[in-house]
Amino acid sequence: MSTRNLLAAALLAVMSGAASAEGPGLGQPLSDEEIPFYARYVMPDGRGLPEGGGTAATGSAIYAEKCATCHGATGIEGPVMPPVGPNDIWAKPAGRYWPYATTLFDYIRRAMPLDAPKSLSDDEAYALAAFILAANGVIGEGDTMDAESLPKVEMPNRDNFLDVWAKQGATPW
Amino acid sequence: MKRATDHPSVLDHVAGGGLLNRRLLLQGAVAGGGAALAGATMPRAARAQGAIPEWATVAGERARGYGMPAEAEAHVQRAILEPFADVAPQFSLSGTPHHRLRGTITPNGLHFEVHHGGRPNIDPERHRLMIHGLVERPLQFDLGALERYPMVTATHFLECSGNSLFNAIMPDPMQAGCDLLHGLLSNTEWTGIPMNVLLDEAGVKPEGRWLVATGGDGPSLARSIPVEKLMEDGMLALYQNGERIRPEQGYPMRLLLPGFEGNMNVKWLTSLWATDAPAHTKHESGEYTEILADGSSVKFTFAMGVKSVITHPSATMTMSGSGLYELSGIAWSGAGPIRKVEVSADGGASWAEAELQGPVLPRALTRFRLPWAWEGAPSLLMSRAEDATGAVQPTREAWKARYDASNFLHYNAIQAWQITANGEVQNVYA
Repeated sequence: MSTRNLLAAALLAVMSGAASAEGPGLGQPLSDEEIPFYARYVMPDGRGLPEGGGTAATGSAIYAEKCATCHGATGIEGPVMPPVGPNDIWAKPAGRYWPYATTLFDYIRRAMPLDAPKSLSDDEAYALAAFILAANGVIGEGDTMDAESLPKVEMPNRDNFLDVWAKQGATPW
Repeated sequence: MKRATDHPSVLDHVAGGGLLNRRLLLQGAVAGGGAALAGATMPRAARAQGAIPEWATVAGERARGYGMPAEAEAHVQRAILEPFADVAPQFSLSGTPHHRLRGTITPNGLHFEVHHGGRPNIDPERHRLMIHGLVERPLQFDLGALERYPMVTATHFLECSGNSLFNAIMPDPMQAGCDLLHGLLSNTEWTGIPMNVLLDEAGVKPEGRWLVATGGDGPSLARSIPVEKLMEDGMLALYQNGERIRPEQGYPMRLLLPGFEGNMNVKWLTSLWATDAPAHTKHESGEYTEILADGSSVKFTFAMGVKSVITHPSATMTMSGSGLYELSGIAWSGAGPIRKVEVSADGGASWAEAELQGPVLPRALTRFRLPWAWEGAPSLLMSRAEDATGAVQPTREAWKARYDASNFLHYNAIQAWQITANGEVQNVYA
C-alpha cells in the first residue's frame, strides 16, 4: 500500500463511526470463536448453559476426590466456606443460601478446584452442582441437573434478598 | 507569632480529655508532638554533642535503578492472613499498615490485597480486554493499543467490603494494629482510560444494562457492574501511583469503580460482557451479600459507607509520657468527599472538630488531625466522620443491631481506642 493510501485509510478509520469521539478507535474486531467460556456467565434463567448433565451420585465421587479437602467430607465441615448447610462455619452455604442454582454450575466450572480451575468437564460441573443441591435437600438424590432442570431449581433463599442497587443506587446501605 | 506554652492547662481546650483548638496546628505549637509516640523517640546516642556519625565520613552508596525503603524500615510490611493456609494458601488477606504510614497515598508495595485464588502471572503481550455481548461492535484491545488512548488521573481509595471484619464479629476486641484491624483499605493515584471511551467505541446497546467484568486470574473472578457506574466514573486503570499496576493489583490492567466495594474493582480485567441483567455471579450471590438482623439479606450493596479511624495513636502503640500530641487519622466515604471529622477524647461525652488536610477529594482518603494534651490519665479516643451527603458513622452497637451476628461486611462503625493510665493504646468497643 502506498503512503498516500495508508494515510487515507488511517483518516477513514479515524472518521468512521467505529472511533469514539474521545478515543483513537483502536479496538480490533472480536469474533465469537475468540471468546472463552469464562468471559460470559450462565444467567439465572439458564441462558448460557451447555449440553450435558449429571446426578448427585456421580457428583459424590468427584466431590470426595477433588473438593472434600477444602470443603469437608460431607460439605459441612469446611474449613473453606462449606457449601452444605446449615453448618457451624459459614452462614451462607452455596447450596442453600445462593439465590440461583445456575451460579453453582458456572462457578464450579470456571474456578474449581482452586489448584486446577477449568479442569472439570461440563458433565462433572453439573454432577457437582447436583451433589451440593441434593446434600442441602434442595433437589432429590436422583434428580439430573442439566440445561433444562438447573434453572428451574427453586432455591430456598431466592426471594429473601433486597436489591439495594435497584432501591437506592449508589447510596450506601 | 503566638507561642503555646508547655503547660496544657493554659492551652485552648475545645473538648474534654485534653482536646485542643485545631488553630494551634497552624501556629506550630504542637509541631513534632506526634513524633513523641513510642517507636519514634530519638535514641539518646544520637543526641551526643559533636560526635561525627560514621556515615558522614565515607562515600555514599552507588545509584540503583529502582529504589527501596531504608533498611531500618524493613519491618513496615503488610500483615498477611492465610485463613486456610493448610488447604488453600492462595486465599489470603494482606492489610496495609496504616499505623506506620502518614499522608494519604499508600505506597504500591503496601497496598492491601485480598486474593480468592492467588496472584496470576500474566504475560502482558498476550493479555487482552474484550468488550462483547449486547454491543454494536464486539472489540478486543491489547496493551499496545490501550497505551494510545487518552488517560486521566484520579486519587481514590479501595476498601474491601470485609475491612475491619474482626471488630465486626469478634465478641471481644482483638488487640492488633491498624494493619490487621483496618488494613484492607488503601489509597492510590490511579491513571487509565475512562471506561466510557471504550464502551462508546464498542457501542453498548440500550438493553445492555449491566456488564459482567471478568478477571484473567485462575478462578476468573466475575462481578456484574451497572452500566451507569461504568459510564459515570469507571476507569480502566493501567498505572498505580505513576508506575504500571503491580501484579498484586491487577497487572496489566484493572477495573476501577470509585467508592464501590473492592471486589468489584476486578483485577487483571480481561472481559466486559454486556447483559440485560446481573448474572448473580458467585461473589454477588454469597460472599458479598449481607445477612440482616431479621434473617433476610441485601445484595448489590456496592458503595462503601462513611468511615474513619485514628491511626496515631492506635492499638499496639504506647504513649511516651503525658503532654502534647497530634491526633491523626484517616477518613473516607464511597458516597463523596468527607465534610467533617469530629474527635472525642472522653468516650463520646464531648467532641471537637478536627482539621482536614486538603485537598479533600471525593472517594479518597482524607487525613484529619487535632492537637491533644494527654494528661497521663485513662482516655477514650474516638473519631466520627460525616460525608458530603450528611451520612455519619454509626456506633458499633447501632451497626450490629442492623445485621445478623455473622455479618462482617461493610463495617463502618466508630473506632474507639482506650489509652490506659500507663499509656498503652488498646482496641475497645464503646
